[in-house]
Amino acid sequence: MVQQSPVLVVVIPLIFAFLIFIFGWWRRGICYPITLTAISLSFLASLLTLNTVITTGTIHYRLGSWEPPWGIEYVVDHLNAFVLVIVSLVSLIAAISSKKSVEKELNEKTVFFYSIFLLQVTGFLGIVITGDMFNLYVFLEIASLAGYALIAIGEDGAPFASFNYLIFGTIGACFYLLGVGYLYITTGSLNMADLSQILPNLYHSKVVLVAFAFFLVGVSLKMALFPLHVWLPDAYTYAPSPVSSLLAPLMTKVGAYIMIRIMFFVFKPYFSIELIPATTILVWMAGGAILFGAIWALAQTDLKRMLAYILVSEVGYITLGIGLANKNGLTGAILHILNDSFMMLALFLVVGAIMYRTGKREITGLRYIHRKMPFTMAVFVVAALSVIGIPPTCGFFSKWYLILGAIDANYWVPAGILLLSSLLNVIIFFRVIENAYLEPDEGHTGGTSETHIAIEEAPLSMLIPILIAGAGIMLFGVLSGKIVSTIIQFAIPSFV
Amino acid sequence: MIDLIISKYNYWIYIVLMMIGFYAMIGKKNLVKKIIGINIFQTAIILFFVSTASKRGGTLPIIEHAHGHGAHAIEAASYINPLPHVLMLTAIVVMVSTLGVALAIMILIYRRYNTLEENEILEQRKWSSNPPF
Repeated sequence: MVQQSPVLVVVIPLIFAFLIFIFGWWRRGICYPITLTAISLSFLASLLTLNTVITTGTIHYRLGSWEPPWGIEYVVDHLNAFVLVIVSLVSLIAAISSKKSVEKELNEKTVFFYSIFLLQVTGFLGIVITGDMFNLYVFLEIASLAGYALIAIGEDGAPFASFNYLIFGTIGACFYLLGVGYLYITTGSLNMADLSQILPNLYHSKVVLVAFAFFLVGVSLKMALFPLHVWLPDAYTYAPSPVSSLLAPLMTKVGAYIMIRIMFFVFKPYFSIELIPATTILVWMAGGAILFGAIWALAQTDLKRMLAYILVSEVGYITLGIGLANKNGLTGAILHILNDSFMMLALFLVVGAIMYRTGKREITGLRYIHRKMPFTMAVFVVAALSVIGIPPTCGFFSKWYLILGAIDANYWVPAGILLLSSLLNVIIFFRVIENAYLEPDEGHTGGTSETHIAIEEAPLSMLIPILIAGAGIMLFGVLSGKIVSTIIQFAIPSFV
Repeated sequence: MIDLIISKYNYWIYIVLMMIGFYAMIGKKNLVKKIIGINIFQTAIILFFVSTASKRGGTLPIIEHAHGHGAHAIEAASYINPLPHVLMLTAIVVMVSTLGVALAIMILIYRRYNTLEENEILEQRKWSSNPPF
């Protein structure tokens, strides 16, 4: 069982996706429990995997016992195992909260919804766990295709937004595939560990350079890095709320994981840092992402679209850490993969709950919401403080590492941008909190409206995930030292 | 230069096809043309992969019971590399499913807006209030 845990992580949701399709026709209500069972089992398997990695080191799992350069191999090291646990935990929480809004918005399509939902999770987990370049492409497309379909079932503008995402996503995937092909014709291998040993002799080959460029652009498209982010705001704004709370935290983080894997493990850090100025370019693109994401978020009146732009800015943080490519920077980037998943999960869950109860998502329509939904809004404030970066919450710690990394690398302008973005986030979130908490001054007749606002919280199946996400934000903040010392410091490539 | 083009003509065709597909995906306003662009782009990638595998006078990588079997199929220099073909079989599956999803989404769009021209859809959606940047 323990030996098989790496493959179970991926296979369980895959098989259950098809089981739902069969059993869902018999009884529609069974889809939700099956989904929860599948993702919980997968989460347990990934916890088991993480535990094995921490105690015994890197796991190599050979599918069908084929030897690595020929067969497909699952390689799980500290970085993988960490991201695996994040992905399965976040999708479990998102799945729990999906019950009510799926019943309300997508009742006819429940069977298809949960089937595709599990395929989406399978795609994410497969991307993270695999040690084979082409296998990664296949899982990337499974995740993306499921994502297009899930987004398209949303509200009015969703199909068109999803179509745009499909065009961009396909370009990204095709570039990635071309990169794989270019590496294959120079090295004759598709295995990541094998490639990293063969490639150093070929670093001056133009073909390898082109392959690296294709990878970088393709992955940046998938993770919505700043100039290539145009598909993201529409897609995540119009997606149904259970979908956006699954996709928004995970798709971009998984993209960031692929970027770290390719830049520092498939290619040696020496190539990405010294031979070509890839990391320098990434730092400046990340700076642009942080700044423009925050500024465009400031300009939005729609709460969900505002969060989508904040996500663009958060992707910038992670990319900045990757671009800095020193110990503190990468620690910050990997820690931010965890923190930002939970921040985005909490924020999108809260917006989903507000939309479920009130049907509104304009920022100005949030009046008195703190009386109606006190717990939900409390979690929103916690998540907002974390995005801003106030100490006990987890967002502070990753930002701290990033700023230390920027100073270590002598990048003073990006360090300034980091601080500036905190200020911008204060303004962005204060606008929401002002509308939600501070009551309009109604002169001396004020107070009459207070009496008829009763507590009308989100249903329990939505409230509990929101509270878990909020607690996670605080908990990971308190435990961040332990997380860094037990997992992340081993996940950083050995050059630093 | 001419020699380079003639001797590697399949790669040049791959680049030209890829650029045509890329242009159609980005530049064309009609959604069907965009999808055709996706297909041309992906087909170009198949051409590229299959080109990298092929050899002039290469035989099948089957040791027994095949045309030209025998010692030829054992030396790597004399048989056609099967792996890119296998990769492309998988990639074709991915491409077909992309096409399927894209067509399904397009049906949704047509039902909603009664048109497949991008600028007409954008006009109906009042894009100006949501700048695409």
